Amino acid sequence: MTKRYTRLVMGMPVTVEIVDAASSGVIEAVFDYFTAIDRRFSTYKVDSEISACNRGDIAPAQYSSDMREVLALAERTKAETGGFFEIRRPDGCMDPSGIVKGWAVRNAANIIRQAGFRNFYVDAGGDIEASGNNSDGESWRAGIRNPFNADGIVNAVALDGCGIATSGSYVRGQHIYDPHHPGERLSDIVSLTVIGPDVLEADRFATAAFAMGADGIYFIEDRPGLEGYAIDAQGIATQTSGFGAYVIS
Amino acid sequence: MKFLSNSSILALSAAATLLGVATFTPAIPAQLLLAPSLDSAPAASVQLAANTGKYKDGSYKGPAYDAYYGLVQVVANISGGRLVSVDVLQFPKHQNTSRAINRRALPWLETSVIKAQGTRVNMISGATLTSRAYLLSLRAALAKAS
Repeated sequence: MTKRYTRLVMGMPVTVEIVDAASSGVIEAVFDYFTAIDRRFSTYKVDSEISACNRGDIAPAQYSSDMREVLALAERTKAETGGFFEIRRPDGCMDPSGIVKGWAVRNAANIIRQAGFRNFYVDAGGDIEASGNNSDGESWRAGIRNPFNADGIVNAVALDGCGIATSGSYVRGQHIYDPHHPGERLSDIVSLTVIGPDVLEADRFATAAFAMGADGIYFIEDRPGLEGYAIDAQGIATQTSGFGAYVIS
Repeated sequence: MKFLSNSSILALSAAATLLGVATFTPAIPAQLLLAPSLDSAPAASVQLAANTGKYKDGSYKGPAYDAYYGLVQVVANISGGRLVSVDVLQFPKHQNTSRAINRRALPWLETSVIKAQGTRVNMISGATLTSRAYLLSLRAALAKAS
């Protein structure tokens, strides 16, 4: 019997569906995990570890292993993307929320795998890790949200054993200018979807590549193991050379 | 076509030659203007935005043009009389320098006009509406580029 639950955690809807789950125990464990992660990493909570780190109440040597892992991931992503991924705010505080979501979804998926399930997905605010098949025995089918109409989708992909994440602005009329070429408008990317070997890879590179503007999709093209689908403000989609293999026609 | 991004227009200029029209765009980089084969293309300027319903449906392959730094060949896909997408068949990719030019100039990745889908799906991937991480990342990127 398929179990599917949605709850509001970390300020966003989190959905877990497990095909053939005999009980909801593992799903409870997954939501407990997300709640614990939120407690540790929320910059909105004064009693979170990240807030304590930012206040200097905790010395770096005393950071939890989760915190060290996330900060190391952020550093690695920054290096891998030529500085386009940055968790440090202008005021010097760290805000790792750009990487915590994908990292937490991947870890949640591992909790479900370790409980022996093969057919499931975890979706946190549109960052999704999918494994095996849906209850119809086919690969999980993920839609890509229409950036101009949040109720609709513009593409659909089949996922099995991989992750998908989308970065976007969803704000029309917001223009980005290239400081190297003043007066010349970059072609605005409003949505960038990345499919990767897991949701963490998809998420961190979607975030960084989106900040690259029109160059982002080429960064994804160059990066082994990743495929991408970008939509610009004019409604033109550009996809990487291997993306078509995932598309449901 | 108002739905075309600047980056698509370059490929269009090659595709449009086959369709009996030529495009004018100030976005063509200097490298392309140096290409003799394109210099000899018809000089007439056609406003593609006004061409709704003008073309015959089908896929039309353009000739391979020497774009100075390599060959470029595209397929224009027409549906309902309108240009809906452009596929690039050949593009210079053998050198890093060409690749760098491509990034700015050529839509060598497949492009298409998005359209609403009624496909049945289990879940939807989309951006969280207020992505602070994105804004932070963008701000840092722009600061770096300044």
